[in-house]
Amino acid sequence: MGSKAKWLCKLALGPVLLLMSVVAMAVGGEASEYNMPQGVTAVGQQVYDLHMIILGICVVIGVLVFGVMFYSIIYHRKSRGVTPATFHESTKVEIAWTVVPFFILIIMAIPATTTLLEIYDTDNAELDVVVTAYQWKWKYEYLNEEGENVSFFSNLATPQAEIHNSEAKGEHYLLEVDEPLVLPVDTKVRFLVTANDVLHSWWVPMLAVKRDAIPGFINESWTKATEIGVYRGQCAELCGRSHGFMPIVVNVVSKEDYAQWFTAKQAEAAETKGLMAKTFTLDQTMERGEIVYDSNCQVCHGANGEGGVGNAIAGSAVATGDIGHHLDIGIDGVSGTAMQAFGAQLNDVDMAAVITYQRNAFGNNMGDIIQPIDVYNHKKD
Amino acid sequence: MGDHHHGPAKGLSRWLFTTNHKDIGTMYLWFSFSMFILGGAFAMIIRAELFQPGLQLVEPGFFNQMTTLHGLIMVFGAIMPSFVGLANWLIPMMIGAPDMALPRMNNWSFWILPPTFLLLASTLFMEGGAPAAGWTFYAPLSTTYAGPSVTYFIFCIHVLGLSSIMGSINIIATVMNMRAPGMTYMKMPLFVWTWLITAFLLVAVMPVLAGAVTMMLMDVHFNTSFFSAAGGGDPVLFQHVFWFFGHPEVYIIILPAFGVVSQIIPAFSRKPLFGYDSMVYATASIAFLSFIVWAHHMYTVGMPVAGELFFMYATMLIAVPTGVKVFNWISTMWRGALSFETPMLFSIGFLILFTIGGFTGLMLSIAPADFQYHDSYFVVAHFHYVMVAGAVFSMTAAIYFWLPKWCGRMYNETMGKTHFWISFIGFNLTFFPQHFVGLAGMPRRIPDYALQFADFNMMSSIGAFIYGASQILFLYNVIATIRSGDIVTDEKVWDGAEGLEWTLPTPAPYHTFETPPAVK
Ligand code: HEC
Ligand code: HEM
Ligand SMILES: [Cu+2]
Ligand SMILES: [Cu+2]
Repeated sequence: MGSKAKWLCKLALGPVLLLMSVVAMAVGGEASEYNMPQGVTAVGQQVYDLHMIILGICVVIGVLVFGVMFYSIIYHRKSRGVTPATFHESTKVEIAWTVVPFFILIIMAIPATTTLLEIYDTDNAELDVVVTAYQWKWKYEYLNEEGENVSFFSNLATPQAEIHNSEAKGEHYLLEVDEPLVLPVDTKVRFLVTANDVLHSWWVPMLAVKRDAIPGFINESWTKATEIGVYRGQCAELCGRSHGFMPIVVNVVSKEDYAQWFTAKQAEAAETKGLMAKTFTLDQTMERGEIVYDSNCQVCHGANGEGGVGNAIAGSAVATGDIGHHLDIGIDGVSGTAMQAFGAQLNDVDMAAVITYQRNAFGNNMGDIIQPIDVYNHKKD
Repeated sequence: MGDHHHGPAKGLSRWLFTTNHKDIGTMYLWFSFSMFILGGAFAMIIRAELFQPGLQLVEPGFFNQMTTLHGLIMVFGAIMPSFVGLANWLIPMMIGAPDMALPRMNNWSFWILPPTFLLLASTLFMEGGAPAAGWTFYAPLSTTYAGPSVTYFIFCIHVLGLSSIMGSINIIATVMNMRAPGMTYMKMPLFVWTWLITAFLLVAVMPVLAGAVTMMLMDVHFNTSFFSAAGGGDPVLFQHVFWFFGHPEVYIIILPAFGVVSQIIPAFSRKPLFGYDSMVYATASIAFLSFIVWAHHMYTVGMPVAGELFFMYATMLIAVPTGVKVFNWISTMWRGALSFETPMLFSIGFLILFTIGGFTGLMLSIAPADFQYHDSYFVVAHFHYVMVAGAVFSMTAAIYFWLPKWCGRMYNETMGKTHFWISFIGFNLTFFPQHFVGLAGMPRRIPDYALQFADFNMMSSIGAFIYGASQILFLYNVIATIRSGDIVTDEKVWDGAEGLEWTLPTPAPYHTFETPPAVK
């Protein structure tokens, strides 16, 4: 290979990279693997357009600038025996390349401003949802005027076995939850985003919504999805150990389906209320307790109660000791540690079930049954 | 005064007690390189874990410690001290001064660094592990929810700040007072100019960082609630204070790099720097603007829309002086007589890749679009293009450029060029795909990811291993040069190099410019 050919090979690399990137970015459509998704909201489409315009501007400037540079690299080489020029300033040129970019920026700023104002316009929402972030799960609460309040937690549903590579990973690995947020299509939904412990950020790319969840403050954001479908996202702000494991799934359904779902959830809530007064057998409690434990406690206390971030439950002095103390920890947590106060997160039925479960599972076999009413009374004291 | 023309002391005391700017510069450079290797090792752990979906090597808590320490060590241990080392070596030689203005303080500002980083690294072995809240350590994850190592971390930040401030005061005092007669401000080499401005930035913002960590300390140990809403404080306050330091900090990192390439590109273009005056003004305007754009890191925290707009416009504006710099460098090359020795290759690499990083910066400045980019891998790609391909590439160029002057021996050019090409390919393979996964929705700082991100992550990891390995070649080349490189004796090692340092004998003697040179 001649030295010239060798040079051309080397030089090809830059433009090729650039071209590759442009092509790769341009093929992006819905939920692309390369590019920002266009999303299913009007705002999302605008944001996508902004992104493509600014990318386009950058590519054009890049081609010009790198073009000049590579021309120089090829034709103004010492090995070609050129004598260097001596010019080294020109006020006119300097003014030109200060002013021209300035005007390009102004052109860019105009659509950016309109889109931003639209993102900030949270008025006239038809539905309000409070999104509260916890380490490491989301809580959704629908603010409706009448009937039972609907509120639930949404936890990672991917099994630990998949994460630790002992089982094949499913299609929605790490992007699946036990209970998704359900929203009606074509409805302006306002999110009131806050957090219970540290900072988190609620991000669903297809809805073009990202809002930080900040303890003690409520941030507003909104969306209006125009297509039925399932949209997935993740927490975007580092929030500790399991930051990578608190996904978001939004299920956008038709208005009728939504109404049906909502009524069913209200009925479920009413039923839970009814359960509060009931007395359960050990088997019933254990069955419910296992479900509650797996979705709320397992991350820190281990699938077999062996511990992890939290200490072991198997053989724990608390789980095999005084019930009152055990309930205290479950309800109020241990301040200054990762052990949160679950009293506000779990209803009394679930709390009773999970405490019972901890006292009887993992070889603890205490034989105690805690009833919802016990939790209720304990909270009152 | 004749008996003062002595050489260095013997043994360890030469290094411990030295006040010689060249010795101190050398120590800074070796220290920062060792931190570069340590921070790099952490990066290799991160990339190894991310090689495939699933948790393979480390558990998530440790992963967070790795990302945190990697960031802290690279910013405060590798990049910043390396440029201070370069300043020590070069500023006196470039302005015709015999040494730095405050040599004893110079010794101190170096020697407090190694114990500090030792302490920081040792937190890995503490109960609860090293700090794990990211290099941006947002409260309350870094305060109420942090392990006991946070106190040590705060102490470390204080000492690093102290070191930076002492170093900066020294540079300011040297540049203002010790220029050779005739060396007016507008005749100073650009490297000196960019460092002078950087030093002012450092003096202005390091105390702000100290304020932030002091408030953390109070929150952790003295029951205050600066950053806790439960006690009437505000977690977002932390971010404002941090980024008021943090954004100027990124320019602290890049301005000296601008200075370096502004020396090297003219040398290998055999043509004076185009637009010297406008380069100085652009640097100053970047420095000024860097104080009023901090909240572009916080577009999603829920600022009032007026604040959001202000920070968006101000950030977009920064692209203008940045563009001016790029245009000037390219005009310098235009119709020159170019040759492509290793320093020039790294400078051209800088020019291309830094410009790409600047483009993504411009994209990030668009607030509505940043709602999608923020805290995704797109941001990770952006800042590695500006910090690694910007700062680290220019630093590498600087070492190849001035090493022959320093030690009177020439590095191996073939090995240097190989180092460049492996670095360039490895770097792009690592970070270019991160633009894609970021846009497609992969958040940063996660130890495991969804399956659609797998291919690009594997590419990234392979690239990272290549880039990492290329640094071993660099180390070997530098050591081989110092010990047995071909002797050079020309004062001007490079035919196109201009400036006072190239009028000195090669290798540069232990004491230089004891009588000030005459500057035309
Ligand atoms: C975020 C991690 C985390 C989660 C989730 C968690 N815990 Fe804990 N838990 C801890 C930690 C940490 C401790 C140790 C606290 C201490 O230092 O005393 C703990 C301690 C406990 C103890 C006392 C054990 C002993 O022997 O001291 C009980 C009981 C307990 N948790 C119950 C629960 C229940 C019930 C749940 C689910 C509803 C739960 N925890 C979920 C972190 C967690
Ligand atoms: C054209 C000039 C630049 C512009 C307009 C710009 C803009 C931005 C913006 C808006 C962000 C925030 C992104 C987000 O978190 O959503 C950002 C992040 C960042 N930028 Fe730049 N940038 C520029 C140049 C630089 C330079 C020169 C450096 C350093 C050498 C740099 C280093 C960083 C770093 C480290 C971050 C990420 C910090 C973090 O969150 O960890 N940038 N940039
Ligand atoms: Cu998170
Ligand atoms: Cu910034």
